[in-house]
Amino acid sequence: MELFWYIAIGLVLTVFFILDGYDFGAGIIHLFFAKKEKDKEVITKSAGLFWDSNEVWLVAAGGMLFMAFPTFYASVFSGFYLPLIIVLWLIVFRAIGLEFRGQFKYQMWKDIWDKSFGVSSLLLALFFGIALGNIVRGVNLGGVDNGVSVHEGHYFFLPLWDSSFSPLAEHPGVIDWFTIIIGLISVVTLAIHGANWVILKTNSSINGKLKGVIFKLNIALTVLTIFSLIVWQKVNPNSLDNFSHKPYLLVFPLIYLTGVIGLFFINKIKNNRHAFILSTLIIVGGITSSLASLFPVILPSVNDMHEHLTIYNTAASEYGLSVALIWGIIGFILIFVYFIIQKRLMSGKIDHMDYGH
Amino acid sequence: MEDMLFYDRLQFAFTITFHYIFPQLTMGLSLMIVYFKWKYLRTQIEKYNNAATFFMKIFAINFTMGVVTGIPMEFQFGTNWAKFSELTGGIIGQTLAMEGLFSFFLESSFLALFIFGEKLMGQKLHFLTGFLVFLGSWASGWFILATNAWMQNPVGHEILENGKFVLDNFSELFTNPWLLPAFLHNQMASVVTSAFVMASIGAFYILRDKHSEYGRLFLKTGVVFGLISSLLVAFPTGDWNAKNVAKYQPGTFAAMEGIFETEEAGAEIVLIGQPNMIEKKLDNKIAVPNILSFLTYQEWDRQIPGMDQFETEELPDNIPALYYSYHIMVGLGTIFIGVMGLALFFLWRNKLYNIKPLLWTIMFLVPFPYIANITGWYTAELGRQPYLVYGLLRTSDGVSPTVSSGNTLFTLLGFVGLYMLLGLLFLTLVGKTINQGPTPQKH
Repeated sequence: MELFWYIAIGLVLTVFFILDGYDFGAGIIHLFFAKKEKDKEVITKSAGLFWDSNEVWLVAAGGMLFMAFPTFYASVFSGFYLPLIIVLWLIVFRAIGLEFRGQFKYQMWKDIWDKSFGVSSLLLALFFGIALGNIVRGVNLGGVDNGVSVHEGHYFFLPLWDSSFSPLAEHPGVIDWFTIIIGLISVVTLAIHGANWVILKTNSSINGKLKGVIFKLNIALTVLTIFSLIVWQKVNPNSLDNFSHKPYLLVFPLIYLTGVIGLFFINKIKNNRHAFILSTLIIVGGITSSLASLFPVILPSVNDMHEHLTIYNTAASEYGLSVALIWGIIGFILIFVYFIIQKRLMSGKIDHMDYGH
Repeated sequence: MEDMLFYDRLQFAFTITFHYIFPQLTMGLSLMIVYFKWKYLRTQIEKYNNAATFFMKIFAINFTMGVVTGIPMEFQFGTNWAKFSELTGGIIGQTLAMEGLFSFFLESSFLALFIFGEKLMGQKLHFLTGFLVFLGSWASGWFILATNAWMQNPVGHEILENGKFVLDNFSELFTNPWLLPAFLHNQMASVVTSAFVMASIGAFYILRDKHSEYGRLFLKTGVVFGLISSLLVAFPTGDWNAKNVAKYQPGTFAAMEGIFETEEAGAEIVLIGQPNMIEKKLDNKIAVPNILSFLTYQEWDRQIPGMDQFETEELPDNIPALYYSYHIMVGLGTIFIGVMGLALFFLWRNKLYNIKPLLWTIMFLVPFPYIANITGWYTAELGRQPYLVYGLLRTSDGVSPTVSSGNTLFTLLGFVGLYMLLGLLFLTLVGKTINQGPTPQKH
């Protein structure tokens, strides 16, 4: 039962990163590559029309996590207090930018909100990557200091950074050089994903140029990935155990690899939808590989005093999870139906769709 | 420790107050939009359809605001109330996750379809999408109220040795005797807000002599919905809730009614007065004898326990705030019935559109249903204190053990600043929409 909810929540989170990921990515592309007003407008629109229904997935993932793994929810959300609240602020601030931009016709006004949309998208992508980095690196559960546990064994609190910025420090912070690397991977991945989205959904004048951008970003992604794999071993020495014990898990890194290799042929891909699917594969592969390397752990402990948080020691009661299974399945079927109806109606380029007023 | 609890509570209170500005409008408004859409299907008169489209625009702005301010609400359970989440997540996680899965998706998917899909589907389907938006938003209210009902009157659980609340009976979460009255009261109150907003926009258009055809439609519809819902808020739903408080939280009942001392021969109802917590009495009191006993138990001389019957640690920790919240809510509710009753009378006599003082009054009354809704929630939440889960888990035992008060104060200040910006955006967007009016744009 724990396993079912673990997979279900992983799935919802992955869908969230695929969907909101493209509008974060569109924001990053907008920040660096959109120069003409018309392009800026249409890229903003390609995010603005969809972001709120995409963020519903985040709410759903949060609710399910709360229901199924309350101890994990409590531990992680309070432990990563500051970065999480900052993420919330960025989500709100980004929404303000998206909705405010079209309200007045002054160029300066638009410039302000363009920048806020772009910068907050970039920072969100970075923070989500950093979050993943923290999860795979592990934290000092129980706040152990000199062999003494300051908190209960499943609680911790992380400062934003430790002055050494090293994941191997005694008390690493949220931001260290390892989590930054994962953060950068997230930024680059979502930028590629967002560029594919812009090409797919708009007729912006930079569409042609964006394919070259994707190619270059893909090189950067490859380099970062290889580098991260090397340091990953140092930061979490057990990270490959799962893959050697259960070789079928290697399918997840393969999904990632397919996406990356496929995108090197971006200039030959005629159907933009295929390119978008490739960047989706990178996101799916990246998230699932990280989770698979930890499984069944969901938050490793870096000290010897307290055991890792796993899906088993943080789950709600068996009865609760079983009842939720029944309504959960009904809920997912309904969501799937809405999703199909909505996608069929909102397909195609969005340039001429009415946005704002 | 004291500071930490205080900042955690203040941050939750601030963010939830701001958040609840939006859902209270969307829930009521969705019902009225369905009404306009239904009128249009029946009569084929174009203005009803335009009215539905216009209010769906306002709905959409409020929905967006609701989403961005709602995400922090969900996260805060974990960030600031970790111990509470850990201990009760197995129960309230159920209803909160159901809200996400069943209502949020429904509402957001069909809202987009309603706005962008009118031309692609027939009018009957368009009505159906509107109805599904309504269903989604009310279902959301249902699940949130189910969550809150469990905190007010915990049922269907057992408590393990480690203090964890474990779900024991799922269906009891929804048959909780606290839930139905609270839900109906809350939904009616949200119809009051939307009716007042609609009537206020109507009065504005008439007074300004712009879009006055719509002005009259909005005013009329707003007044009719406003009077019906204001009456239903008071009776039977408000009455039913008060009886529940008296039954399940007697200490809270004494505090919110301002009864310091038990009266043997029946309790009086306090109309005006200020709690004096030092001398344990009400200053400047105006009260009518025996009415409270009658309203609560239909017996004039029934004894109702006053605050003197309870240990201080069992009573709400901020009695004046609870007392004022409750009395402001009740007072405003009474005024709403009066104003809307008067307006309906003149509407019936065909004079309403010409009585300027009344139109001005209706226009400027618009903030007050919001205040009434929010003080109503303050009554519920302050009344539940000093507990998170009534009688079982104290608020001070629910905070995150590792988050320091300095961090919470920092984030509280951040929320205040950011939400001011958000409020400004909201007013700009709604103001523009109202100014533009419901007349269809010609392309």
